[in-house]
Amino acid sequence: MSDVLLLATRKGLLTFARDGAGGWALTGEAHLGNPVSNVVTRDDLWIVALDHGHWGQKLARSRDAGRTWEEIPAPAYPEGAIKYDVFKGTQTDATLEYIWVLTAVGTRIYAGTNPGALFYSDNDGSTWHFNEGLWNHPSRPRWIGGGKDTPGIHSIVADPRDPARMWIAISSAGIFETRDGGVSWAPRNVGMRTDYTPGDKTPEIGHDPHLVAPCPAHPDVLWQQNHCGIWRSTDGAATWVDIAEAQGPARFGFPIAAHPTDPDTAWVVPAHSDQKRQAVGGAICVSRTTDGGKTWVALRNGLPQHAAYDIVYRHALDVTAGGARLAFASTTGNAYLTDDGGDSWRCIGQNLPPVYALRFT
Amino acid sequence: MAYVRFTRHLHRYFPTLVDHEAPAVTVAELIARVNLRHPGLSAYIVDERGAVRKHVNIYVDGELVRDRTRLSDPLADGSVVDVIQALSGG
Repeated sequence: MSDVLLLATRKGLLTFARDGAGGWALTGEAHLGNPVSNVVTRDDLWIVALDHGHWGQKLARSRDAGRTWEEIPAPAYPEGAIKYDVFKGTQTDATLEYIWVLTAVGTRIYAGTNPGALFYSDNDGSTWHFNEGLWNHPSRPRWIGGGKDTPGIHSIVADPRDPARMWIAISSAGIFETRDGGVSWAPRNVGMRTDYTPGDKTPEIGHDPHLVAPCPAHPDVLWQQNHCGIWRSTDGAATWVDIAEAQGPARFGFPIAAHPTDPDTAWVVPAHSDQKRQAVGGAICVSRTTDGGKTWVALRNGLPQHAAYDIVYRHALDVTAGGARLAFASTTGNAYLTDDGGDSWRCIGQNLPPVYALRFT
Repeated sequence: MAYVRFTRHLHRYFPTLVDHEAPAVTVAELIARVNLRHPGLSAYIVDERGAVRKHVNIYVDGELVRDRTRLSDPLADGSVVDVIQALSGG
């Protein structure tokens, strides 16, 4: 299990580490005062996305596990790239607005951005390439913002069996798959619903997946926390099955974590509906399924059960390789950790800045 | 020659940054010259299309630049250019 936990927060990158006595303590701070929208690591390589209020989106890289940092170029949209506003009917220059997710796949680093674009780097972020195939998808003029003014990519999932195959998720458009290394992309939203639209509830495009998480040992099993519930696929996103609780908290939320080896186990951190977006009933819980989503158990041991208003963002829940240690953190600045798959939790940080993302290294 | 002055906020990212003179006849040319002296600095002021960032303001002789997209505002010999963060950025 990883003994180091990184928190990308509104006020910098915070490092927590397990001490000799089994507790967790803050051991590092970097980029203090700057919002860190996401973080990715590969061994001692750490890359953070910085969301400066004034100076734009930047990337910083450390090659020594956070001891020293250097700025590296941020992905740049090519000359002539146009973004669409479906509501205003406008087309304007596309420029980098936000780096929503960074994902390492082997030696390659991917970046998902707003407005919805996919970039990759094969030199640890020194230079970035723009995926033309996705950008030129004929459905892109119909992509809309989900929680932001422009559509964004927040989930990048590689198939460990096939380097040419990959899935990405866009809020709001849906899930797309490539089988030819990113040259062409096809929507994979069959079985999903858009409860928020009048008329057709099962369009090909227009879905709002909040996060897609794969089971690494069973790559055809994908889990999805969606704006309209929770879905699971066992056929590589060809079809999706609604697995949300009809009665119970496991329905709305943002993050979802898949067990590394057990294809039937996953965790979500439920929230009260898209109208309120806060802890359900003032109580924080993590819901776990161990039967592929047929049933869910709300895990509450060690979590606040009254006067809690926390919301957990989509990248702020993570699970380690063994599937026993998980951690999550909220925009209210509380962080919790379990070593027994969620049966019991302990608080490892309070009064932290709002947390955007959390990753074990 | 124009004289360019920078908000102290940028010194965190460019510690050697100082106000200085630079030969330029437009604001865009000035930003390009500033970037030669401090590589990477222009990306803090303008986006990848060269438009001034939403929450950055540039003043020429006390007046806000008019052309935020291309920064074509002319500079006179002795113009003073200020680059500051806008309050709208928080």
